[in-house]
Amino acid sequence: MALAKLKQDTTAARLADVTLPTGAAWANAARADALARVRAMGLPTRRDEYWKFTDPTSLTAVDAPAAALFDTDEAPLFDAVDRVKIVFVDGILDAAASDDLTVEGVVIERLADVMAADIHWARDIYGVLETCGQKPVERALAALNTAMATDGVVIHATAKAAKPINLIYLHSDPASDVVLHNLVKVDAGAEVTLLETGPAAARFSKCLEVDVAEGGAFHHVRVQGRDHERRAVTHCFARISAQSTFKSFTLTFNGVLTRNECVIDIVGDDATAHVAGACVGDGHDFHHDDTVFVTHDALRGESRQVFKKVLRNGAVGVFQGKILVKQGAQKTDGYQISQSLLLDDDSQFLAKPELEIYADDVACSHGSTTGAIDETALYYLRSRGVPADQARNLLTLAFLAESLEEIADPALANDLRDRLESWLARHR
Amino acid sequence: MAALDDVDVKEGVDQETVDAVSKLSGTYKHGWNTEIEMDYAPKGVNPDIVRLISSKNNEPDWMTEWRLSAFSRWGQMNEPKWAMVSYPKIDFQDIYYYARPKSMAEKPKSLDEVDPKLLATYAKLGIPLKEQAILAGVEGAENTPAEGRKVAVDAVFDSVSVGTTFQAELKKAGVIFCSISEAIEKHPDLVKKYLGSVVPPSDNFYATLNSAVFSDGSFVYIPPGVRCPMELSTYFRINAENTGQFERTLIIADKGSYVSYLEGCTAPKRDVAQLHAAVVEIIVEEDAEVKYSTVQNWYPGDENGVGGIYNFVTKRADCRGDRAKVMWTQVETGSAVTWKYPSCILRGDDSQGEFYSIAIANNMQQADTGTKMVHLGKNTKSRIVSKGISAGQAQNTYRGLVSMHPKAKNSRNYTQCDSLLIGDKCGAHTVPYIEVKNNSSRVEHEATTSKVDDDQLFYCRSRGMDEEEAVALVVNGFCKEVLQALPMEFAMEAQALVAISLEGSVG
Repeated sequence: MALAKLKQDTTAARLADVTLPTGAAWANAARADALARVRAMGLPTRRDEYWKFTDPTSLTAVDAPAAALFDTDEAPLFDAVDRVKIVFVDGILDAAASDDLTVEGVVIERLADVMAADIHWARDIYGVLETCGQKPVERALAALNTAMATDGVVIHATAKAAKPINLIYLHSDPASDVVLHNLVKVDAGAEVTLLETGPAAARFSKCLEVDVAEGGAFHHVRVQGRDHERRAVTHCFARISAQSTFKSFTLTFNGVLTRNECVIDIVGDDATAHVAGACVGDGHDFHHDDTVFVTHDALRGESRQVFKKVLRNGAVGVFQGKILVKQGAQKTDGYQISQSLLLDDDSQFLAKPELEIYADDVACSHGSTTGAIDETALYYLRSRGVPADQARNLLTLAFLAESLEEIADPALANDLRDRLESWLARHR
Repeated sequence: MAALDDVDVKEGVDQETVDAVSKLSGTYKHGWNTEIEMDYAPKGVNPDIVRLISSKNNEPDWMTEWRLSAFSRWGQMNEPKWAMVSYPKIDFQDIYYYARPKSMAEKPKSLDEVDPKLLATYAKLGIPLKEQAILAGVEGAENTPAEGRKVAVDAVFDSVSVGTTFQAELKKAGVIFCSISEAIEKHPDLVKKYLGSVVPPSDNFYATLNSAVFSDGSFVYIPPGVRCPMELSTYFRINAENTGQFERTLIIADKGSYVSYLEGCTAPKRDVAQLHAAVVEIIVEEDAEVKYSTVQNWYPGDENGVGGIYNFVTKRADCRGDRAKVMWTQVETGSAVTWKYPSCILRGDDSQGEFYSIAIANNMQQADTGTKMVHLGKNTKSRIVSKGISAGQAQNTYRGLVSMHPKAKNSRNYTQCDSLLIGDKCGAHTVPYIEVKNNSSRVEHEATTSKVDDDQLFYCRSRGMDEEEAVALVVNGFCKEVLQALPMEFAMEAQALVAISLEGSVG
């Protein structure tokens, strides 16, 4: 079917000056295929059902809107955690600022190098999981990322990684328009933790493809930066096998526009997939969108989606979550909760918590609530002598806590709790 | 008929539930045909057909123009594709848009003059067009006292209204209850003022088509302060082959009035699918209350999905005044494909909307149904209780919108939707849209078993029940909340539904 006029125009304009990076033959083919898919799908517009609540215009525009650099005197996140730091400045790996990439249990390579190698396991994943994730919903921005990305990391966990890997995305050019693509392959029984921090760019497109083999475990903790003006569209495509674990948590502070898509395919029996997120937004220029799609295509899978949002001064929060249980995926246990706390009358929460179930012996639940701070609880705290502001922050933090519990490592969770606390203290 | 005997039902699903679903949706009782001579308009739709329908109803020019403008609008619209239903492309030029029994060429002046064949048809359906106290054929109704249970019926047969009972008695109370064609003729001011004011002619593809070609339907006006002395009801029967039924219902409840309205519908078994695209508009003024109950039992097609009715319906209530209240109750067991979202616009402050639905789909049936609650006024409340049951290869989707506008301060919504699957080849889907644009409102959406009301549980426990018993008590009676909202006249359906429980629901 022919694309709508607006879609055609948007896509043509965006792709007019695109020249694909070159590398090994397989890499060139993957990029060309991705670009062809973008042309066929067309880039998203506000009229797309999947973008009903979030306007993608600034993500598809030819030029990235500039974003002022954010200055902070706060100590870097996870400073106390023993980790491998890999630093990207405006989307380019800064080897000098990064740690040595030799870590026991994992092999870390640079995407640019991998895409130039004639033979590499990456060819079985790069753009492959992303392509699988295009059905039933098209995600053209992810395909565009696959076509254009030149840098990123390629991680292969062969055993339990000795320490977490921390990708630090720094932003130094107010007009930076960054495309990064990361790959993670977790072998059977192996385990790795990936941390992502930093404001990244004025406009940040990031794609993560994760393949977890039998009994493997992948942990992901991400903090999206404090820069108030940045825009980001991120995709995570995961394929998880029997008895494996996938856990991803994202904390978002401000940012003009953030769209985080997470697409998980549970293809092996007895696997676990948890996706969680907390976001705090202040101001009319804050728009945060969590879009999650979990597919159960195996027996006894367990999935959880836990999303909490605290919004004030006209901030907008969006949640589009879906659990798809395919025929035969019996004994699936799917859980989904999206909640938002609106701290004032200007803020908005827009949600579409969906279930699509084709198997009869499953339990899936989805809940969604929206409202203000519980006045009774506030009154109680005040009656115990807690000042109003403090009481409000306490209740807000308690509200967000449920999502932080999804982080397996308490040290990481505590770090994030502290950040939230200081954010709330600053935004009174 | 594919009864559900040979289906491997998962552990935990009540056998009684399976039997009840099988009984309700397994065999179609109303699939017989009435042999009667019909007048048809030529097949297809074009401005001439629109004019023809208008002239058959002796409509004034403004009405004809209204239809024609809807028709030209319809030409620019596309069929909606977003619902989770699939069916072969409909050839809109291969349908009769107007079919009338020959005997209805001259409108009968009273029920005594109506063709006996038509009267017999309704009698067989359990809807005798006589002014008797209760609807005969309603099992379980015998025990209720006859007085006070009168039901006025407007019977629509294909494209025309056959007759309306109790008109004189209703007139005494000031209530107008007649076919919409009669209302256009006799009460043009009311029709002109309200028609299309809730569902505008450009609303959606099927509503626009309906606006152009609707042939008949019911009209209700309840004057200020009047409590309608009896229940009103419309019974729709599609009989002719290859014919679409496009009826239009307009209900106006003026200030402080009350009415309970019932709708029933059936059709013969045919091998070719038939289109039914109705529009129902309800206007609820200050302090008025309308209860609208439907038992939708159109022919669902056979077990292989051959034939059946495509039920593409737009129903909407507009609570215009403060403290207006509307309640939709629907039991959906029929139709091959259902596309239906009875909605409430809560415009007046303190107005209330409620939606109770049970959708049962078996064999190849597909149902995409739900509601929209649009909160515009302050302190508005809405409640949604939806139960979907799928068996065979059926697909059942709840699709709903709850929208809290910035000015709808202190509003509340509570939504609960549960689904049950019987067998492993069917599907249950939930697509809720939630839009909250102020912080004094509270919106809660939850589905299922995992969430049982703690207070209720606590109460049961405190009376000495163990946890399991308590959960069973709270959770059982899957459909009770919906049934309680059904009027007495649907006692037979209600009895069958009581047996359905939530045990083993999927989410």
